[in-house]
Amino acid sequence: MKNPLESLQNTILLGIAITIVMALIVKYTF
Amino acid sequence: MGFLTDPYAVFLVRWFHVVSGIMWIGLLWYFNFVQIPSMPKIPDEQKPAIGKVIAPAALFWFRWAAAFTILWGLIQAWQLGYIGDALALGLTSKNAAHMSIGFGMWFGLIMAFNVWFVIWPNQQKALGLVEVADEDKPAAARTAMLFSRTNTMLSIPMSYSMVAVHLT
Repeated sequence: MKNPLESLQNTILLGIAITIVMALIVKYTF
Repeated sequence: MGFLTDPYAVFLVRWFHVVSGIMWIGLLWYFNFVQIPSMPKIPDEQKPAIGKVIAPAALFWFRWAAAFTILWGLIQAWQLGYIGDALALGLTSKNAAHMSIGFGMWFGLIMAFNVWFVIWPNQQKALGLVEVADEDKPAAARTAMLFSRTNTMLSIPMSYSMVAVHLT
């Protein structure tokens, strides 16, 4: 399988996905 | 030592941190949005202009900007008294703002580690700045590219969490 980081578009989509997960963790942890 | 935590000193360090960060992430995005995608379109005889001249100069400012961004950022977190709580992701202080900035700090630290200990050593091999067998160069270039992409991916949540909260 091709590494998703070989595509700049997939790199950005992964970055946005991590951002959303992180924002939800920060909002709902405490 | 009180002058180190004076509000103007705090502001000044934040400004140094942001300026260094612009240099670092600006060059990171130059590599990923401009240089790497453009290389296949450049005729072979012109490639040394990038590989021998532009890339080494860009990498110099890139890696030192990374180091200084981290340095100013850690000083800032110390000045504001949350360096430990933020690195503990707010779990010690039960504070969402510490958790948010802490995520940003960890992403930044991982990215700076990648710059100095993965991307730079592999770029030196790929660009022929250190002696290495020709057959090892493509693997070094690929490793540098993938870790550069990793940093581009991490720069998105990193920048989000850096500006998400304002702690004074």
